[in-house]
Amino acid sequence: MNALLALLQREVRLAVRIGGGALIGTLFLLAVVIVVPFAIGPDLNLLRRIGPAILWIGVLLASLLALDRLFAADHEDGALDLMLMASAPLELTVAVKGAAHWLTTGLPLVVVAPLMGLFLDLDLGTGLMVAATMLAGTPALTFLGLIGAALAVALRRGGLLLPVLILPLAIPVLVFGVAASQAAIVGPVPFGTPFTILCALTLASLVLGPVAAAAALRLARE
Amino acid sequence: MMRLTVEDLACVRGGRPVFAGVSFAVAAGEAVVVLGRNGAGKSSLLRVLAGLLPAATGRIVLDGGDAEASLAEQAHYVGHLDAQKASLTVTENLDFWTAFLGGDRARVPVALESVGLGSLADLPAAHLSAGQRRRLSLARLLTARRPVWLLDEPTAALDVAGQDLLAGLMREQLASGGLIVAATHAPLGLTGRELRLNGSRMMPPEGASA
Repeated sequence: MNALLALLQREVRLAVRIGGGALIGTLFLLAVVIVVPFAIGPDLNLLRRIGPAILWIGVLLASLLALDRLFAADHEDGALDLMLMASAPLELTVAVKGAAHWLTTGLPLVVVAPLMGLFLDLDLGTGLMVAATMLAGTPALTFLGLIGAALAVALRRGGLLLPVLILPLAIPVLVFGVAASQAAIVGPVPFGTPFTILCALTLASLVLGPVAAAAALRLARE
Repeated sequence: MMRLTVEDLACVRGGRPVFAGVSFAVAAGEAVVVLGRNGAGKSSLLRVLAGLLPAATGRIVLDGGDAEASLAEQAHYVGHLDAQKASLTVTENLDFWTAFLGGDRARVPVALESVGLGSLADLPAAHLSAGQRRRLSLARLLTARRPVWLLDEPTAALDVAGQDLLAGLMREQLASGGLIVAATHAPLGLTGRELRLNGSRMMPPEGASA
């Protein structure tokens, strides 16, 4: 337990220090949200209608952005060797790294989402509803992304490979995240239906992500 | 009495045999020095022992240790990579590995002092020289006690004083009933049995496979 707490502390420290990736995702989301209204033009109704979807796409890509270095960095400096040897189960080690990544990347995205919504002519109440769906959905993106981050080590390819590998898995999260946001704003589907499916996706990926990622890292031993 | 026995171990990497038929035994208080030219498989042997590479054939048995724990959990592995994060300070790096490996965090300042990094404790590891980084890696051998040490070129980048320091650490480890398997080109200042690896065929330089 001490070992995992120490790991959480180290990961959060690394992310917020200079060279860490904590705010990269938030800046990326800001960039997406700022350019979209320029591209769409002055049609506020259209902007309001697609606003939640734009926010979700931005959050999806921002979550995957900083993930590819998650295990690659530890692989390159030898830390992964020691983690593989340690008595802490690799699945839990991987899960803690995922949790730290979500705390430093996913959570800030959720926090700024209502403010970003203002750029897309979503009022603060609507923005908060969208943020609520993101609070439920972004952990799924991070924990599915763990699989891609581990495969990036196994395949010795990083960068663009990860989003491509993860995108098919992330699409259900996007679908139900946007559906829940739309349901909260205009209906007619009750908010609970897509939202509970979104929660289920998150719970499933919290379990499957670390197990699959740990298996990939074990296979990568060479 | 703790005893590490290796029988008829073989390792295959990328479809090519690296070494085969390696057998040796080390008891508590003993050291084995693995010798061999570049590419003979010294690093691979240590990685197989550490569980970081699969063995093609053969057995590795550790008797007399913690029956609940695997060899890897009872071993320290010091490889070519130092597993330090440049943006964390010297203390933070060592403190993390100590806690993660189940060591005693209270020993961190003492361990830093004894590897000669006491005055640099609050410096980011990015500013350390190669030899200082190696000393920092060795410090975790002191804060988390493990009976088995697997050392791959432990003298790399160490100055003469550093090599003396390492020799002292290894003597203490042996005196306290631990055992050491070390791969090296340089003399370690250690009297141990020698295990000479002769790669079965020409291999690319070690750097390419590490």
